[in-house]
Amino acid sequence: MIMPITIRAIKKSEPGRMKAALIRIGAMILALAASSLFILLLRLNPIDVYLKMVQGAFGTAYRVKETIVKTIPLVITSLGIGIAFKMQFWNIGGEGQIAMGAFAASYFALYMNDMPKPVLLLVMILASMLAGGLWALIPAFFKAQWGTNETIVTLMMNYIALKWVMFLQYGPWRDPNSLGFPKIANFPENAVLPKLLGVHIGWVFALILVVAVYIFINHTKKGYEIAVIGESINTARYAGINIKKTILIAIMLRGGLCGLVGMIQASAVNYTLSVEITGGVGYTAIITAWLAALSAPLILIVSFLFAALLEGGSYIQTVFGIPQSAAEILQGLILFFVLGSEFFVRYKFVFAIKHPTTAGKGAS
Amino acid sequence: MIMENNYISMKNINKSFGKVVANRNVNLSVSQGEIHALLGENGSGKSTLMNMLSGVYTPDSGSIFIKGEEVQFAAPKDAIKAGIGMIYQHFKLIDVLTAKENIILGQKNSFFLNEKALSEKIREMTVRFGLDIDPDKKVYNMSVGEKQTLEILKVLYRGAEILILDEPTAVLTPQETEKLFKIMRKMKEEGCAVIFITHKMNEVMEVADRITVLRKGETVKTVEKSATNPKHLAELMMGCPVDLSIKRIETEKSKVAIEVRNLSAVNVEGVEVLKGMNFEIYSGEILGVAGIAGSGQKELCEAIVGLHPVKQGEIIFNGENLVGKSPAEIITKGISLSFIPEDRLGMGLVASMDIVNNVVLKLYQKQKGIFINRKPAEQKSMEIIERLSIQTPGIKHPVRMLSGGNIQKVLLGRELDSKPQVLITAYPVRGLDVNSCYTIYDLLNEEKQKGVAVLYIGEDLDVLLELCDRIMVICAGEITGIVDARDTTKETIGLMMTGAVNLNREGEKSEYDNANYN
Repeated sequence: MIMPITIRAIKKSEPGRMKAALIRIGAMILALAASSLFILLLRLNPIDVYLKMVQGAFGTAYRVKETIVKTIPLVITSLGIGIAFKMQFWNIGGEGQIAMGAFAASYFALYMNDMPKPVLLLVMILASMLAGGLWALIPAFFKAQWGTNETIVTLMMNYIALKWVMFLQYGPWRDPNSLGFPKIANFPENAVLPKLLGVHIGWVFALILVVAVYIFINHTKKGYEIAVIGESINTARYAGINIKKTILIAIMLRGGLCGLVGMIQASAVNYTLSVEITGGVGYTAIITAWLAALSAPLILIVSFLFAALLEGGSYIQTVFGIPQSAAEILQGLILFFVLGSEFFVRYKFVFAIKHPTTAGKGAS
Repeated sequence: MIMENNYISMKNINKSFGKVVANRNVNLSVSQGEIHALLGENGSGKSTLMNMLSGVYTPDSGSIFIKGEEVQFAAPKDAIKAGIGMIYQHFKLIDVLTAKENIILGQKNSFFLNEKALSEKIREMTVRFGLDIDPDKKVYNMSVGEKQTLEILKVLYRGAEILILDEPTAVLTPQETEKLFKIMRKMKEEGCAVIFITHKMNEVMEVADRITVLRKGETVKTVEKSATNPKHLAELMMGCPVDLSIKRIETEKSKVAIEVRNLSAVNVEGVEVLKGMNFEIYSGEILGVAGIAGSGQKELCEAIVGLHPVKQGEIIFNGENLVGKSPAEIITKGISLSFIPEDRLGMGLVASMDIVNNVVLKLYQKQKGIFINRKPAEQKSMEIIERLSIQTPGIKHPVRMLSGGNIQKVLLGRELDSKPQVLITAYPVRGLDVNSCYTIYDLLNEEKQKGVAVLYIGEDLDVLLELCDRIMVICAGEITGIVDARDTTKETIGLMMTGAVNLNREGEKSEYDNANYN
């Protein structure tokens, strides 16, 4: 007799930490296995490719530095996103806030640069944070006032910000010395962030901010209020929390952090303002923030690993002469398994064998 | 095996969650055309048992027979196919859809809907079971009672002949409960079997035919209603003799703690929800508030603590008018509100946070500086758990994972801990088992003895009459009378609740009410 087997997913009561870690490690192994199949299709040796990926991310001092440079914007943006998400403000406007932060910093770098270097840099930092913060405040204000959907508004505002930068790049701010090339002039030397231990000083900012955001969320009254608002607006009201004020502060902070990323990228990485300034960090950071469960210390680790994945991916393109899309497929596969494993952390599968019914028709 | 009369029979059911044994050798049999009550304290395994009958859990061992045929449910849909419909405490409805749309949701229909035939079928069922529902009303416009009726209709539509109701009355007003009982009786007449999970003895006595009592995961006994009484049931439930009377502690009437003068308020739609209320609460008394649900109880509570805007009037506390002050200011002055909403968690507690973080909610604003110190809250959490005997694995356990009674104890414990001078508590025993109810009455009496002025908003008139010193009756936002609980009757209060009697309008003053009427 055939016994049909049914499979169903059951929500786990409370996943154990060890178990969760094992599942995640298992996902990584499966991801590598699946990617290997793909690499074999390309007639390459998977072990080779993986070794090269690791080499590409950490192989030489230069590559380690490059990986760190990629990590910095991810960390800071993820921190900002974490604060907003903690409050359940589904803001995906990181791109726009980064662009506006970069724009404000660039204004001072290009047109008000006759200040001593430390003063100019400080002004640029403050300007970028203010610009990013105000840019984030617009959707927050609309939401507080008319209950608009922040996800849609922030998404649309990304395009406005990026098109604004593009307008500057092709129009009023185009460098007359660039031989007709649509490019904004490079920053003067005193508008470029200095280096420390071979990497621009942004890494120090990132580390300080990780600690600061951790303390803010876990040990300050405002951080606690943000978490309460995120969980239940009614409870927050009941406890006498000033909801509008707290939302505005959190969103300012969030936008400010993204704005700072814009300044760092423009000043220390690109040395100018361009539409490519964001590099998709505003979106990538949403993934890293979620993977890190919005926890500041985990954001640091996850962002670093993610940056390594990106760096390793671009390195194998040149080494093996494979197209960029192939490297992206590998990244995609790894992400797919890691994100997919979250389902297995929360749910377990039950296999049940259906017994054939033995009894006859029941009486009614 | 064919059992002629046993519609449902569950034999030697065992179920454990990790180390916790939820059901041990439980037996239950229910006949056709019977209302069978499943009675037990919180955590006695009633819900677990029913979740196995409805396919949510699978028993570790034991067997389930439906109409004499052994069944194995792998998922709730198998149970639905077998004619079992469960109505949960938390409704599973989609707010933005109409009643009709909720009913057909997830059903395998043909691609096009035959609206007419559908409406006809729904109408036919509502008539047959005496359900009062408008198929085109959106769920968000429905009262709790209506939503529950819709849930019942939904499972009946899916062909349920066995209906399981998980503590259905916990969220209902007395009137809605009456309606529900009518529906249950109608279903019984139609030949359905109804299983009714509860811990309220009076409801059992009113509606059930047979009662199975569970205690600590085991079946204690199945009794005929005619062969038992509430006291006997309570003893079976708790395993020891119990005293079901509520003490009213006599205290010396002292000074007025809080005085409400001519208080009026309107809601967002501009409807007047509080109409010129005048009353005061003395230190060391419990002032009960009786009224039909939605008569302004919530608005009154919220207005006092500054959560609801006040149109006119004064709230005088320690010689100071509280109207216009922020909730944070009012809380720090020593007025505490614990409002248990219908869903228990909506107001006052943060579900996913642990006890410490919920206790901090009322402490941190008094702390200086920008940082938050959780140490005092940890200490307090421990005290609250001890004092109210809250069952929890620890102070770092999310409150959402606790049972309903323990959640409410956390909330009340925190409010009492803030040592208020005025304690406003609305529905503190909503959905609680007998033992927990008495713990809470004792706690309120303790506060009263300490000289706290208590405003107790309740649903159960019997409790109000036994526990309170005075009872203020409100009807549509208006006080229809303030009476001494010692020499009044349920009937008098009932008449005032509907506005048929209005002591205030007749110019009569209750003996304690020394307000200056203009």
